[in-house]
Amino acid sequence: MSDRITMQSIAALVPAGSRVLDLGCGDGAMLDYLQRERGCSGYGIEIADANVHACVKRGVDVIQLNLDEGLSMFDDATFDVVLQIDTLQHLRNTETMLVETARVGRVGIVAFPNFAHWPNRLSIARGRMPVTKRLPYQWYDTPNIRVGTYKDFEVLATKNKLSILDSFGLQEGREVRFLPNARAGTAVFKFERG
Amino acid sequence: MSFAEPLALQSGASIRGYSLAYETYGTLNADKSNAVLICHALNASHHVAGRYEGQEKSEGWWDTMIGPGKPVDTDRFFVIGVNNLGSCFGSTGPMHVNPDTGRVYGADFPVVTVEDWVDAQARLLDRLGIESLAAVMGGSLGGMQALSWTLQYPDRVRNAVVVASAPNLTAENIAFNEVARRAIVTDPDFHGGHFYQHGVIPKRGLRIARMIGHITYLSDDVMNEKFGRSLRAPTLPAARGSLPPEGAGPARGGPSPDLREYLYTTQDIEFQIESYLRYQGDKFSEYFDANTYLLITRALDYFDPAIRHNGNLAKALAAARAKFLLVSFTTDWRFAPRRSREIVKALLDNRRRVTYAEIDAPHGHDAFLLEDARYLGVVRSYFDRIGQEGSR
Repeated sequence: MSDRITMQSIAALVPAGSRVLDLGCGDGAMLDYLQRERGCSGYGIEIADANVHACVKRGVDVIQLNLDEGLSMFDDATFDVVLQIDTLQHLRNTETMLVETARVGRVGIVAFPNFAHWPNRLSIARGRMPVTKRLPYQWYDTPNIRVGTYKDFEVLATKNKLSILDSFGLQEGREVRFLPNARAGTAVFKFERG
Repeated sequence: MSFAEPLALQSGASIRGYSLAYETYGTLNADKSNAVLICHALNASHHVAGRYEGQEKSEGWWDTMIGPGKPVDTDRFFVIGVNNLGSCFGSTGPMHVNPDTGRVYGADFPVVTVEDWVDAQARLLDRLGIESLAAVMGGSLGGMQALSWTLQYPDRVRNAVVVASAPNLTAENIAFNEVARRAIVTDPDFHGGHFYQHGVIPKRGLRIARMIGHITYLSDDVMNEKFGRSLRAPTLPAARGSLPPEGAGPARGGPSPDLREYLYTTQDIEFQIESYLRYQGDKFSEYFDANTYLLITRALDYFDPAIRHNGNLAKALAAARAKFLLVSFTTDWRFAPRRSREIVKALLDNRRRVTYAEIDAPHGHDAFLLEDARYLGVVRSYFDRIGQEGSR
């Protein structure tokens, strides 16, 4: 999901000049973009050696940390925005990290593959796990240990008393605001503590 | 380089008429913006990189890291290695004559701290005409100096690279140092630190100090992999007819095929690890100064920048202006990753720019001196960025 248009539409949710923490920042492309195009500052958190190295190459500040160990390094509300872009589906402690995201950031932005996107539903109806551009893995080798839907996230957010500031689907680089749970491969939520 | 004027020390004492041994690599650029200072740890020196002409095995102690085309590229940076005060590789130390008394310092050499070393290094830079450093870098105790630089001279450091270090020593760490010091001090050849005039060296103490050190620099895993329970090669035992049988497999947990029977001795070397430690101890006792060992381990013990801020490291690091790269190694239990994370957290609390790499290397504390592609890659890329940024 690192295509530029998708990145830009998520970046547009981040106010210019924000102090940003990017959980699971990958190669640092998003932070790099936010720093150059939107005057943001901040850090990425990443576990993979190759990604940490890629961030250093770009000049993105990165902290090598396993998110399953939590965010105890960060105090409450120390960031304007905390990002979880395509990270949630890799976490064991998804719910804890969601709460942590809202604790450390004044605003949280989460994006993840929406399992209820219609091609996925179709595949399941045919009796097979979906293998798509957005979910390109076979069921037995996927790094995604969580599958959830746009609607599922709404329920989880409510359970944890998060108030959703904005939410939409992303499909082919376009925002989907009508029936996003069926029509979008990616779910995007912007929220704060309730 | 000699310094006539006295240097005030943290202890309240001062030292005058001292000299610092240093080496430089590469070329200082016209605006003097490419200087990198390398700080050494316990048993290293100003000779950080390269080889002395015509001398085999004279590589600098950080030759994997520093040199032409290396991660800290001396084709681009002007690298300075300096031997600290109290050390035994050329700078003024306890084996030299105290100008105030005309006698060898010995145990009377003033206690020096990390802060004192940094002050002395800053004076050296003054003499070299270098106002600010592109980076200051060090591992272990050297990392403490790099950190201290950013607090003592915040405007003179643009980047600090702190590897396998800590904001202070834990009780366990001080304990290891104390055992090593007791080994030296209780050696009858130590003579209260004035052994020079007796023409002896407290080698027994130095050997044991080094053996303890070596244990703590390695990880349990790497020690088992390297030595396991292997018995020492059967040089002597051959005479006793205990050579391994044809086709004998390797000893359990170790790579050595020297399967033989135990010697059932309490004082001879039985296991490979014993042989290794004795060898390291012997080698060390040939070149290292006993008083220097005491001084440098004490500098480690005393370092604690948070102490003046009621133990609050974040407050202590508020003075820092530099950008930081911190690196730790997962199996390093002497300077564990969590200690580096404390520094990272304190920098985050101060909104300083910091990158932190936690390298999953098996070699324990020693890893900071070894080749590891991930570690060297991160440092290389970090220095590439420094090079691109140029002077501020």
